[in-house]
Amino acid sequence: MRIVVAMSGGVDSSVAAALLAEQGHDVIGVSMQLYDNSQVTESGQRAFGTCCTIDDLYDARRVAATIGIPHYIVNFESQFGEHVIANFVREYVHGRTPIPCSHCNSDLKFAELLDRAKAYDADQLATGHYARIERDAGGRYHLYRGADNSKDQTYFLFSLTQEQLSRAAFPVGHLDKPAVRAHAERLKLHVTQKPDSQEICFVPDGDYAKFVERRAPEAARAGTVVDNSGRVLGTHAGVHRFTIGQRKGLGLSSSEPLYVLEIKPESAQVVVGSRDDLGRTRLTAADVNWIAGNAPEDWLRVGAQIRHRHVAAPARIRLKPDTTMTMAGGVRLQADSLRAQVEFDTPQTAITPGQAVVFYDGDEVLGGGWINS
Amino acid sequence: MRLYLDHNATTPLDPLVADRMAQALRDVWGNASSIHHFGQQAKGALDLARGNVGALIGGDASEIVFTAGGTESDNLAIRGAAEAIEPSGRKHLVTSAIEHEAVLNTMKALARRGWRVTVVPVDATGIVSVDRMREAITDDTALVSVMHANNEIGTIQPIAEIAAAAHERGALFHTDAVQSAGKIPIDVRALGVDMLSIAGHKFYGPKGAGALWMKRGVRLVSPVTGGKQERSRRAGTENVPALVGLGVAAELAQQKMAAEAPRLSALRDRLEAGVLSKVSNTERNGAAAPRVPNTTNISIDRVEAESLLIGLDLAGIAVSSGSACSSGTLEPSHVLKAMGLPHARTLGSIRFSLGAANTDADVDRVIDTLPPIVEKLRSLTTVGGRK
Repeated sequence: MRIVVAMSGGVDSSVAAALLAEQGHDVIGVSMQLYDNSQVTESGQRAFGTCCTIDDLYDARRVAATIGIPHYIVNFESQFGEHVIANFVREYVHGRTPIPCSHCNSDLKFAELLDRAKAYDADQLATGHYARIERDAGGRYHLYRGADNSKDQTYFLFSLTQEQLSRAAFPVGHLDKPAVRAHAERLKLHVTQKPDSQEICFVPDGDYAKFVERRAPEAARAGTVVDNSGRVLGTHAGVHRFTIGQRKGLGLSSSEPLYVLEIKPESAQVVVGSRDDLGRTRLTAADVNWIAGNAPEDWLRVGAQIRHRHVAAPARIRLKPDTTMTMAGGVRLQADSLRAQVEFDTPQTAITPGQAVVFYDGDEVLGGGWINS
Repeated sequence: MRLYLDHNATTPLDPLVADRMAQALRDVWGNASSIHHFGQQAKGALDLARGNVGALIGGDASEIVFTAGGTESDNLAIRGAAEAIEPSGRKHLVTSAIEHEAVLNTMKALARRGWRVTVVPVDATGIVSVDRMREAITDDTALVSVMHANNEIGTIQPIAEIAAAAHERGALFHTDAVQSAGKIPIDVRALGVDMLSIAGHKFYGPKGAGALWMKRGVRLVSPVTGGKQERSRRAGTENVPALVGLGVAAELAQQKMAAEAPRLSALRDRLEAGVLSKVSNTERNGAAAPRVPNTTNISIDRVEAESLLIGLDLAGIAVSSGSACSSGTLEPSHVLKAMGLPHARTLGSIRFSLGAANTDADVDRVIDTLPPIVEKLRSLTTVGGRK
């Protein structure tokens, strides 16, 4: 079988490629050039400063050479800018906290790159995600958490459609991280000890606020920090600097620790309060993608996960056709999109608009959507 | 079977070149500067090579400076001449918009150090206008550098006329002949140039071996300082086996050229005709001008070169695009841009450059393989980089 592997230069996708090659597949390594961190200086010379991306591409190329597969770098800078970075900036400007990795998976890897793979007569597109796919007797694809639950990445994959899942392969999904590193060592891949990437790839210094301001100067609109009763406690330099549950960097002196409870982009207000006020039992989500069979029409008990590092909490959910048609940020949704009403059994801390809520039954991903409120 | 159609990037070693190099690697290991037997053996091998390289371009062996390739030859010529002429007060350089990076970026480097650089545009056929050159060259001009044949589209520039224009104003003239040497006859005297760069690996010689021909009397200040090798113009112990290979390759190229050039040009024309008739919305770039016989550059509408190159490579056909996208940057070709091509057309341009091993059957294979790949890529909902 011909399989295109999306190689990031990290150990997971490297081992994914190597395992497939070892199984005798016709493996083609592809790395996506997604953004250009190099800066052109005034004298016209290119300075590569903290350009991690080029090193990662070279790592991928070296791994491909080690395992003896062809490797290509494809330039997706404009698509990445359009689908992922633009959304990232827009969400922050609207007081939300985005997850670019999910958009990258569903709008880029399993869209544009998958298209390319098809054009090259590949049957599948493989990645190094910790997730598992199974096809049932009826031909439907099911998505499960990676066997190593501590590394599970299904939270970032909930928006894959049946069509996308039918072409996806996750060759390391049944392994745990030490096993992946052991394979890397056995296969003499030089990335064996490479650390996991931590930050969002296109903001290597982690300064999201500065990144957003560079792309959307209007984001730097000063506003007030208020408490639950509307009392002004201080000022801030833009709502994009805050996320729900944030404690540091509020610029307030208070006897008890204060947390961001709510962000109101229209009035540029950031509402703060005590940790107890952070807990809530309800949320609504839009643009729900349902993977596991037909979407339920009645209330359903699930485990609902509200961020990557959150332990799915018992909840009941109900799906409804979306009637509002738009979500914050002015993004128009498809007419057939679904909304979800989620009620947790116990209050959950920091339910954050812009993040995803993903529904699980044990290890199986049932579906998920984008948190609106 | 893999098919190689990227000879302007590099060529495979001619088997005879490989044999003679292997022999030299084993047996001719002396330092060419040594007085003893081993040194003389190395020096002798270099002199033989020097004669062959000189003969390929109509120059004298004594005028050949061996280098590590075309880029180094260009740097030596431009930086060396600039520094030698600088005390005279001339502080201006002229070049064309379609030069190889070895020339363009060297000019840019000098511009950052205070030199005035004029980059003369080309017309829509990919030819540098002699009149525009004449306007650009002044009494302040130290050096003019214009390539003999372009690497991306193959167009042959009116070197003799431009060299004459440079000399009228007392400027030196250099040409980068890396893409013409070994492909078409070159006579440095007839061209009237002062310096000319060549690279061995473009005509079945090894990488890392090149030469700068310098007309007797031309003065350079070498950017590389060290020993007195190459008459003090290029310091450093000579890479004898590679230069032996360069010499053999030059000799073979000269012998084969008269038969090979028309053969390649017929193959190229058939390839062009086939691609243009089998793939809709295609156009040739630079075809209206005189070209080296092996090169064609074709723009394919609604396909991005990057994805087409990958598709062709997976089908076993090696070609390249005008743009250098090995590192994943999608900068449109500066050559096609200089010709005034629309942006979309520059992104979809493919260069086929034929060589010694290519046959009619190879051309047929390209004509059969290319159309379905183009169709598949065109059918994608999105085309990389543009909708």
